[in-house]
Amino acid sequence: MSVTHSYPLKAEVKNLNFYYNLVQALKNVHLPIAEKMITALIGPSGCGKTTYLRCFNRMHDLYPGNRYEGEIILYPDRLNIISPKIDPIEVRMRISMVFQKPNPFPKTVFENVAYGLRVRGENRKNFLEEKVEKALIQSALWGEVKDRIYDLAFNLSGGQQQRLCIARALATDPEILLFDEPTSALDPTATSKIEELIMQLKKEVTILIVTHNMQQAARVSDFTAFMYLGEIIEFDKTDKVFTHPSVRLTEEYITGRFG
Amino acid sequence: MRKRTYLKLKERGIEFSLLLSALSSIFITLSIVFILLYEALGFFKDVSIWEFLTGKQWTPLFAQPKFGILPLVTGTLLVTGIAVAVALPVGLIVAIYLSEYAPFRIKEVAKPILELLAAVPTVVYGYFALLFLTPILQKFIPNLSGFNALSPGIIMGIMIIPYVSSVSEDSMKAVPMHIREGSYAMGATKFQTAFKVIIPSAFSGIAAAFIIGISRAIGETMVVAIAAGMMPNLTLNPLEPIQTLTAYIVGVSLGDVPHGTVEYKTIFAAGITLFFMTLSLNILGFWFRRKIREVY
Repeated sequence: MSVTHSYPLKAEVKNLNFYYNLVQALKNVHLPIAEKMITALIGPSGCGKTTYLRCFNRMHDLYPGNRYEGEIILYPDRLNIISPKIDPIEVRMRISMVFQKPNPFPKTVFENVAYGLRVRGENRKNFLEEKVEKALIQSALWGEVKDRIYDLAFNLSGGQQQRLCIARALATDPEILLFDEPTSALDPTATSKIEELIMQLKKEVTILIVTHNMQQAARVSDFTAFMYLGEIIEFDKTDKVFTHPSVRLTEEYITGRFG
Repeated sequence: MRKRTYLKLKERGIEFSLLLSALSSIFITLSIVFILLYEALGFFKDVSIWEFLTGKQWTPLFAQPKFGILPLVTGTLLVTGIAVAVALPVGLIVAIYLSEYAPFRIKEVAKPILELLAAVPTVVYGYFALLFLTPILQKFIPNLSGFNALSPGIIMGIMIIPYVSSVSEDSMKAVPMHIREGSYAMGATKFQTAFKVIIPSAFSGIAAAFIIGISRAIGETMVVAIAAGMMPNLTLNPLEPIQTLTAYIVGVSLGDVPHGTVEYKTIFAAGITLFFMTLSLNILGFWFRRKIREVY
């Protein structure tokens, strides 16, 4: 797996095993995450891609009985983010997530975007206004909502809500942005807007995206990992995976013979 | 063809009997309101509404009766206020704990015990206030009289905690998990998630729980009848004996007031006052819920 050797790394997954109680959901996963690149995870339902993504912000800690083994090293400070000694909140302060379904809070557009900053104890009005505006511009939503920044977020359309959630995740200047099938609840127009946005964002942030949509992975990502039954079957540059996969199973999956 | 007509008739019959049972509850409610209004109107033939609403004394059984409802209204509001001051914050905190913090094992034990609070007969609460809480309070507040508003108010508050907490908890539990995860993913703590996201998300349910609790406190009878003193007293001092609308109704109904007299009709005058108080609260709650709905 030396495809990333010429790229600086943002994170490196080594020997990761994950268990839901006694069920092992991830088996011995290795994966380098290149900095300011988009890494896509594809695979059939139940292959562990979402489980894998949720290790990065320690989401599994919310539920009892889950267990991590191995390392996810975050660079540059070489922090093992799944170590039990590390507070999950500290990890979530550096790594943001956008969910499958848009999940705005019952607050105004402004307060939704400012949420992460407020949680960090930031209450200076000017600072918040600046950050909220910047995040909304980054998420390509500013033009549509600048006149109703104090309206409730529920009044936005589904696609706008998802971009609001992206703005919320961006406002805290995360080092890595995780996307968990971010367009599966959206129509094609909203989907293409989000995809465009994701490609824009890689200038500023390292991105990891889980998708069940292979065209999406092919369109947006630089690297692709194909997962099956909790293992990484193939990891390579995206064009390589989609044009000359080196493993038979990958080829069968991307040509739609199973999954 | 014949079978078809038979089925159709049967269907009609079922529909009609369903309609009838639905109407019966409306009929009963309307007749209660009618009787209340009718008897209260009889009362207002003898006593002017002005005197009723502004008089500062309520002594209908005296030789020279006075018919000012204010002492009973302030008594009701005073005890309700104390009960609500206990039940709403505690109920909400209990709900937050059970929904967001408690591990499964604790929840399993705590919820039934809490609901047991609602199963204790109110008479028991009344005597508990009178014989247990009041003496304890008197140690701290020397000028607290044996009958007072404070002690039954607090006990009533404890009594309605489960009503407030269980409805609030249900509405908090109904907040979808992905909303909760969204907050945690931003680096929020449990506390921040509970107060900044869960409570606003569950707001309409929590408001409904509060209104149920307040209605319950206004309508509660036994505790105040036993421990508050049965003394119409125009005061907002919780240390003095008072009487509530409900306690007055119980007191007079139990006595031997002859049917048809003004004294007898005071029951309905007090009843209609109580009715309007709870009705306005229900309307407020309805309006509130609709407003919240629109917002969502």
